[in-house]
Amino acid sequence: MSKMTSLLKGTLNWVDERFPLTSLWKEHLAEYYAPKNFNFWYFFGSLALLVLVLQIVTGIVLTMHFKPDASLNASGVPVAFASVEYIMRDVPWGWLIRYMHSTGASAFFFVVYMHMFRGMLYGSYRKPRELIWIFGMIIFLCLMAEAFFGYLLPWGQMSFWGAQVIVNLFSAIPFIGPDLSLWLRGDYVVGDATLNRFFAFHVIAVPMVLLGLVAAHVIALHEVGSNNPDGIEIKKKKDAQGIPLDGIPFHPYYTVKDIVGVVVFLMVFSVIVFFMPEFGGYFLEYNNFFPADPLVTPLHIAPVWYFTPYYSILRAVTYPLFGIDAKFWGVVAMGASTLIIALLPWLDRSPVKSIRYRGPLYKGFLAAFVVSFLILGYLGMLGPTPLRTIVAQICSVIYFAFFLLMPIYSSLDRCQPEPDRVSWK
Amino acid sequence: MKKLLTAILFVPVLAFAAGAELHLDRAPDRANDTAALQNGAKIFVNYCLNCHSASYMRYNRLKDIGLSDPQIRENLLFTADKVGEPMKIAMQRAEAKAWFGVAPPDLTIIARARASESGSGADWLYTYLRGFYRDESRPTGWNNAVFANVGMPHVLWELQGDQLMGEDHKLTLAKPGKLKPQEFDALVGDLVGYLKYMGEPVAEFRKQLGVIVLIFLAVIFVFAYALKREYWKDIH
Repeated sequence: MSKMTSLLKGTLNWVDERFPLTSLWKEHLAEYYAPKNFNFWYFFGSLALLVLVLQIVTGIVLTMHFKPDASLNASGVPVAFASVEYIMRDVPWGWLIRYMHSTGASAFFFVVYMHMFRGMLYGSYRKPRELIWIFGMIIFLCLMAEAFFGYLLPWGQMSFWGAQVIVNLFSAIPFIGPDLSLWLRGDYVVGDATLNRFFAFHVIAVPMVLLGLVAAHVIALHEVGSNNPDGIEIKKKKDAQGIPLDGIPFHPYYTVKDIVGVVVFLMVFSVIVFFMPEFGGYFLEYNNFFPADPLVTPLHIAPVWYFTPYYSILRAVTYPLFGIDAKFWGVVAMGASTLIIALLPWLDRSPVKSIRYRGPLYKGFLAAFVVSFLILGYLGMLGPTPLRTIVAQICSVIYFAFFLLMPIYSSLDRCQPEPDRVSWK
Repeated sequence: MKKLLTAILFVPVLAFAAGAELHLDRAPDRANDTAALQNGAKIFVNYCLNCHSASYMRYNRLKDIGLSDPQIRENLLFTADKVGEPMKIAMQRAEAKAWFGVAPPDLTIIARARASESGSGADWLYTYLRGFYRDESRPTGWNNAVFANVGMPHVLWELQGDQLMGEDHKLTLAKPGKLKPQEFDALVGDLVGYLKYMGEPVAEFRKQLGVIVLIFLAVIFVFAYALKREYWKDIH
């Protein structure tokens, strides 16, 4: 053994006696056995982690130059708004960092939606992975909060009025509503106090919770092992050493495979960052290039695309119930539409996990759910008309029916038998 | 049954059909025309930068469009002492508000803010700046086809002349100005080209860099894919 290797080995031993470095490496990478038949849908977990890191790193740099200050400068522009333009122009490479962060927000939701849909396709939420799903759902809720807080910071018209609309939703709650929304805003309108507290939540509170949850999500996953496109447990068939027959070490197999996924993702990401950072007004809304003006209400206030399905559900509720305003029930429906996803492990009664072996009933319901989700998303970007409201109401009913009827149709479905070993379809 | 199906298919189409929006003329592309952008900068500084600021834009950034520091200092530096300063104005906002009813907005990123489903921000500005017409009911004597009851008078009036709004909602040139209509359109095209440049000075460099980044990633992809295949060749 050369002198260099023995020195390195000695150092590693020294660390291992004090910190479980080698055993962590083995447990989570080199000897974590993942099913060998992961397909396209399995790229999005590691991509979500990549985007999280991208957002944190670009966010730290932005924080160095951004000023959460709603007061007007000498040219009559809010300081926060002007500081974003300062980043875009005067900070070296600031424009790139800012576009990466703004595109990263949309990319995060795209990747997470794909990741969640993967779980639905292959029944990844089913026993024994219920807690992974629950942690994931809390991550999703935190992500929505993070995006909402962050969207106020550039202090443009959409930032301001979007926050105004969402915080006002809380005022629909009976009795405590008006005081609650006042307490959240810290002022009678969205103002400097709101901007500063949203900044604190966006850069410290929510990211800390997110990081903890992501760690819990991954630890829980590595405890039970990954699901796969066949929805069967690879741990049921092991070799003499106790290694699953259909398992391969995550490192190096999936690290080298995920690098390919990362490069393809970065290519798509770069096309947006470098050639269409506004993405036709969907990632950076045009109206947000006007500084926030409390005296000028925009004709049409639309949330960013990733919130629009739930926003549609909110607007679809137009009937007052029990003497309480329809707006309150809209808020309840919107909240329920995000929370109900967390119940999937207990709603699904199918004998099989994967879409590959499920029957026509589940496939039909899933297809209707996807279509209604997309239509709701589209409608949420448009202003309401009576006809659009009816379409949104029909789609909202389908959305909830997919979940609420699942115990019935998933157990009635005619499923195919699961294979013993994983397949390469 | 067939009728029902057609009805179901058409409901979303009706629901999504957007109402006819404002018609905008397409602004000419000046992004790579340095002479036009320089001309646009000159028009901007002479006609706009007295009431409107461009407070995020530094004078010496104009080196992007082929001007040198001495050229900027001698020809364009009207509202500041040093070329490193931003394009601010001397007018007080409170006074401006008293005079015009509304303080003239900062124009640095106006070409980005005015984009909509109807067209790009440049299209909006190009149509707006050519859309002023005589309207004696307005305090300034001017109204606008794109921005109804706008506070700004027609600043380029001497160049364009007087337009009138017909019953058919079409504009006609009642009294010609110093420039022929085509010349005036070209001048507004230069000005709008400059406003678009000023909205995002880095835009052209951003696209050039994007090409390099994509080529780099394509090369990395080849190696990454080859590496993956090499590792995975024994997994069946």
